[in-house]
Amino acid sequence: MLQTAQRTVKSKKKKAAPPHGRFLEAFRWMLLTRTLEEKLVSLYRGGLITGGVYIGKGQEAVSVACGLFLQKGDIFAPLIRDQAGRSAFGEPLIDVTRTYLGSRLGPMRGRDGNIHRGHPRKNELAMISHLGAMISVTVGTLLAKRFKGEKNFVGLACIGEGGMQTGSFHEGMNIAAVEQVPLVVVATNNHYAYSTANDREFACHDLVDRAIGYGFEGYSLDGTDLGACLDVIGSAVKRARAGRPPQLVVASVLRLSGHGEHDDASYVTEEIKQQPFARDCLKVAEQTITNLNLVDAETLTEWRKDAVAQVEEAIAAAQKEPAPEADKEDWCAFSRRDLADHADET
Amino acid sequence: MSITYLEAIREAQAKLLRDDERVFIYGQDVGGNFGGAFKATKGLAKEFPGRVLNTPISEDAIVGTAIGAAIQGMRPIVEMQFADFSSIALNQILNHAGTHYWRTGVPVPITVRLPSGGTKGSGPFHSQSMESIYAHYPGLIVMTPATVEDAYTMLIEAVAIEDPVIYCEHKYLYYHLKADKLPDKSLPTGRARIAREGRDLTIVSYSAMMQESLAAADELAREGLEVEVIDLRTVKPLDTDTVLASVARTGRLLCVGESFPWGGATAEVIACVTSQGFHLLDASPQRLNAKDTPIPYHPNLWSAHRPNAKNIVAKARQLLRE
Repeated sequence: MLQTAQRTVKSKKKKAAPPHGRFLEAFRWMLLTRTLEEKLVSLYRGGLITGGVYIGKGQEAVSVACGLFLQKGDIFAPLIRDQAGRSAFGEPLIDVTRTYLGSRLGPMRGRDGNIHRGHPRKNELAMISHLGAMISVTVGTLLAKRFKGEKNFVGLACIGEGGMQTGSFHEGMNIAAVEQVPLVVVATNNHYAYSTANDREFACHDLVDRAIGYGFEGYSLDGTDLGACLDVIGSAVKRARAGRPPQLVVASVLRLSGHGEHDDASYVTEEIKQQPFARDCLKVAEQTITNLNLVDAETLTEWRKDAVAQVEEAIAAAQKEPAPEADKEDWCAFSRRDLADHADET
Repeated sequence: MSITYLEAIREAQAKLLRDDERVFIYGQDVGGNFGGAFKATKGLAKEFPGRVLNTPISEDAIVGTAIGAAIQGMRPIVEMQFADFSSIALNQILNHAGTHYWRTGVPVPITVRLPSGGTKGSGPFHSQSMESIYAHYPGLIVMTPATVEDAYTMLIEAVAIEDPVIYCEHKYLYYHLKADKLPDKSLPTGRARIAREGRDLTIVSYSAMMQESLAAADELAREGLEVEVIDLRTVKPLDTDTVLASVARTGRLLCVGESFPWGGATAEVIACVTSQGFHLLDASPQRLNAKDTPIPYHPNLWSAHRPNAKNIVAKARQLLRE
């Protein structure tokens, strides 16, 4: 288990070294994500988003670390609460707002929504809702890269403790180890699968113990500590890239929202909200910045303003764009259009 | 030279591996010296090292891995040990491969080979015909070759198609069908074939039931009845033009399939003909399918469970009397 060293600050005036070389960069992605998702929530509550809104509040530190260490040619399979990681990986904000607001110009063109978006050609896989399914798909992308003779690549797939209980996850982990592909699986235990708490999700002592059973190397992580997230996930990516066995990181956090914004999360107990893993990782990171005097208050304010401006620009742009129109839609599920089935035509 | 339906499948895969470096074969027991439960990949692992890979018993992950590889530009061929076991992989096939192009604009060129259909003594879990389930969902091409020639050319075509293809190969035909040589070309995918011409009745079928239908047509010919037999070749897309043109000539339609009766390929053909060609029909269209029970083990029960030449003949006679 890796932990970030506790640092004491003697003087708030003196700038100290950040807990990790990419701490401030990661913090800004987290800030942008929180700003974006708060805005998406208000648009949803105002009736401007159809379907649902699924946010990663409380999981931004884990997520950003998932995207931050991936390079060109690497594969990223984000899940529901990985906006921070998607942004750090390179997904432009306009992709998010176009998808949530149903723009015809977005990556999913109104055919799929919210967190199901992706750019497979740019190595950001488009998740399906059936949890665990993305693990083996990521394995396949890495196998293909090996077939093609590519070098120095890794894949990173995200999962939650809920998704870890599916058969698909188990099959995917096993086949990853059999194929010995350079895969990192980051599992975030946010303590609830929708409304079901850990005690009805699994009965093992610690989810990370499963790593050895799969043939992975396993690491635990305090997901509320950005420095630790960067250390542990960054190291796992490095190890996978260096040819070590597949890596499993299990992070502990509390989901600081409902499953989606339709869910008031009234089932989350007061007791669990007092646990150390229930801290808000963004506040913890900001406190670290203040304590270590990594940047001054004006800079933080500027970063906040910049995040708001970026979000507002992306939303305003998507709101002006056309929605899909049923009579202009190409209702063909095949790329080979000549093979479209016309059996239903009368 | 004589080549079986099974050998044609092996030869098609050998050609694909030889001609296209993007192709690899992934499945249970396909590699090593073993070459698959039915030997459809026999010798290929040795001939193409590193490209014919054994997998764990993990149908979901096998197809998931193939999908990921296809997204990255490979052309995986997945062998399901038995079509029945593809139920474990339904999620990856239906919800992942089948939706991917529509959702993202990126096609998933996987081919999933399903050793399908019944043989004596195989029972409920090694005998199923799954084509109707796959055809029901959008985004999947479903091939059901009924001849040695089609087994060969359609598999080559399946791998060439950018979209996911479910290739249903019939286990009963593996050793029972033989051809003199393998063809260079075939009808395009999605085009049905008139396997036998006739004027009195149209039988629409596919896979092993097409062979049973031809045997039934032989029997009926002895009574002076001329039956037209159409081999669908692919159940999706469905070649309604060829079927309707035949019904226009004969006025009578019987559909024969080996899968379970509720819904399915035969029901789809009848729905198409009645909605688009009701005026062409001189009698109510009929169909024959397996019985609506799990597939029995004992040969006495199994042979009565699925359609065969004898009950196709009986059904055809009944239809011709109307």
